[in-house]
Amino acid sequence: MGAIEEFERAQLRQDIPDFKSGDTLRVHFKVVEGSRERIQVFQGFCIRKQGQGARETFTVRKQSFGVGVERTFPLHSPKIEKIEVAAIGDVARAKLYYLREKLGKKARVKEKRM
Amino acid sequence: MKTLLGTKLGMTQYFNEDGTVVRCTVVQAGPCVVTQKKTVENDGYAATQIAYGDVKPKRLTKPVLGHFKKAGVAPKRHLVEVRGEDGLVVGDAITVEVFAPGDKVKVTGISKGKGFQGVIKRHGFGGGPGYHGAHFHRAPGSIGSSADPSRVYPGSRLPGHMGNVRVTQTGLTVVKTDPDKNLVMVKGAIPGSTGSLVVIRG
Repeated sequence: MGAIEEFERAQLRQDIPDFKSGDTLRVHFKVVEGSRERIQVFQGFCIRKQGQGARETFTVRKQSFGVGVERTFPLHSPKIEKIEVAAIGDVARAKLYYLREKLGKKARVKEKRM
Repeated sequence: MKTLLGTKLGMTQYFNEDGTVVRCTVVQAGPCVVTQKKTVENDGYAATQIAYGDVKPKRLTKPVLGHFKKAGVAPKRHLVEVRGEDGLVVGDAITVEVFAPGDKVKVTGISKGKGFQGVIKRHGFGGGPGYHGAHFHRAPGSIGSSADPSRVYPGSRLPGHMGNVRVTQTGLTVVKTDPDKNLVMVKGAIPGSTGSLVVIRG
């Protein structure tokens, strides 16, 4: 194993749940305001996961007051308090960029029936 | 002046205590060994010659092997001279312990070769408009006057070979060192491709 892989492996978080594109996530993210620290929850569909090792990131998209908002998080960031998988989506792609052009009811992801 | 030779291993990142991401380059650095001391009396200038990298002795020529034998050290792949006095003697080992996190360093390497490039990539010229009937796109434009001087001034910025030259990146910071694995991590990017020789100077 190379020195870089070894260095990155040491940073990987083990408490991150398994999820993929299309899943509905609730990301509890630590936000520092001055000296105070609080937890902000960002809920939406995961539309992308990219990168390997400690550099892996994922993007969550949500509709906020009719405007699409996307936020990309480093998967292994210590600022992430926890990630909740609220629903598992039924999608046919790894990258859900088509959601950006959809509005209203069409901008949803079908939930997977278990 | 602290000098260490190393091999660029590639780039990675890690998370700081406050959660911010630090991008850094990992260098397999040292251990280096002093093979020769040059003095003002003997050579006209003071310098220290250091060697780095394992190599099979049969890959080296006999004169080079003799040079290592004289110094009493195992043959190494690379030899680099560092100007100035530093108090080291022949046979001394230099390891990553000479650097500590927070040290400001310069890193020298051979930049990636880009081949024959035009003026836009090589010198950052602006180029012309891509549309509206323009015929001037990526050409260099005027390269000087006419009958006087009847020549192109030397040093004019023209197309040509780009990259594959010695480049020194200054103002870099050491962020981590690993004495067990002989690693130095430098914040930001350094010249050269992965696997190439770099010189770290403090």
